[in-house]
Amino acid sequence: MPELLTVTVNGRSVAVRAGATVAAAMMIAACDCRKSVSGEPRGPLCGMGICFECRAMIDGIPHRRSCQIVCVSGMEIRTDE
Amino acid sequence: MSAATYDVVIVGSGIVGAACAAECAREGMRVAVADQEMVGGGATAAGMGHIVVMDDSEAQFALTRYSQQLWQGLRSELPDDVEYEQCGTIWVAADDEEMDEVRRKQSYYSRRQVPVEVLSARDLERLEPNLRKGLAGGLLVPEDGVLYPPCAARFLMERAQAHGASLDLGVRVEEIGKGRVRLRNGAEFRAGTIVNAAGAWSPALTPGIDVKKRKGHLVITDRYPGFVGHQLVELGYLKSAHSSATDSVAFNVQPRRTGQVLIGSSRQYGVESKEVDHAILSRMLERAQAYMPALEHKSAIRVWTGFRAATPDKLPLIGPWPQDSTLYLATGHEGLGITTSLATARLLVDQLTGRRSAIPVEPYLPSRSSTLEHAHA
Repeated sequence: MPELLTVTVNGRSVAVRAGATVAAAMMIAACDCRKSVSGEPRGPLCGMGICFECRAMIDGIPHRRSCQIVCVSGMEIRTDE
Repeated sequence: MSAATYDVVIVGSGIVGAACAAECAREGMRVAVADQEMVGGGATAAGMGHIVVMDDSEAQFALTRYSQQLWQGLRSELPDDVEYEQCGTIWVAADDEEMDEVRRKQSYYSRRQVPVEVLSARDLERLEPNLRKGLAGGLLVPEDGVLYPPCAARFLMERAQAHGASLDLGVRVEEIGKGRVRLRNGAEFRAGTIVNAAGAWSPALTPGIDVKKRKGHLVITDRYPGFVGHQLVELGYLKSAHSSATDSVAFNVQPRRTGQVLIGSSRQYGVESKEVDHAILSRMLERAQAYMPALEHKSAIRVWTGFRAATPDKLPLIGPWPQDSTLYLATGHEGLGITTSLATARLLVDQLTGRRSAIPVEPYLPSRSSTLEHAHA
């Protein structure tokens, strides 16, 4: 059995496998990572930290690249608006 | 083949050249502008766009204040993308010694009718909660502002063009003087007056001008609306920015309309390379973080550099070049060219038309008693 941990995405609890990225947790929760300046939904594109499309608010800090950050139990993740 | 003939040919389309072009063209002169790159692509694009009244010297005060008032007068005509905001400057005092400087500055500005307000430590904390705790206070100069320099230069150049000025971009000027401007491609302009407004490159065209390149770095962050509300400058800046011999950094941050934070500043002489210098960049960011610890969690999205055109006495060169009756200079604005561009253009055109200027022109004349002597006085 792989180890599971729990994070919250936009206030909702989501269980992910240990080692999952924040981007993965947001996909499981079916949430956009952020809204663009013109209000369009954005999510992971390159998945390797280059394109900055997957920025999200993690533990109160905006504009963090969700594809590069591994989930930690209790992490609070929000769509960056 | 006959060369095109103009009343005025301006070399350089940074904000100073663009302002001069707009003012000359508005006066009815036939104007041409030549630039090796784009409009506002040199020091203009590497400047913060801080419209600031300075008090290093009486002449610096007169020029910056006059020009700031010209910007204020132009405000209603500036397009939205120039992003002019009268956000005010706060000169941040770290300790009691710097608070003495705040009071000196307050008295200097007040006597010259510039509104200012002394801020206590508590006032400072209320206005700028992301500054570190324990600072001594500051001086708020509410009429200072910021704008986006490349768009401001473009706006001025479009004004010039609307008054008939012609613009040649991507042309390398090889030689100027004696009423002729020769381009590398062999073409030539003839002009009653040539204006060297080539900033850090101006000495290459007019050997003997005492202008040196002074490199700077800027960093811009992602969008963090409300993180900073005023242009914040450390008062230690007065010590560091003007100790001219060595490399220096200073805390200088600016709110952009987008919510981004623009972070400066660094100053280096004797460097020709445009490359980002990571050692001085680190020093600059450490300095910024020492004043605003929360910057540590902010994400920087771009770093770039540029070259200021620095003179020994920290005043620009505006007026005729004594060795050539057809040649005028509008260069050497160092870190104040965005602020002083409009006044520079006025003083230049006043001289070309024989009009009396709103402020004395003598301190900026290229013929002023050798700028080196001035610096040692």
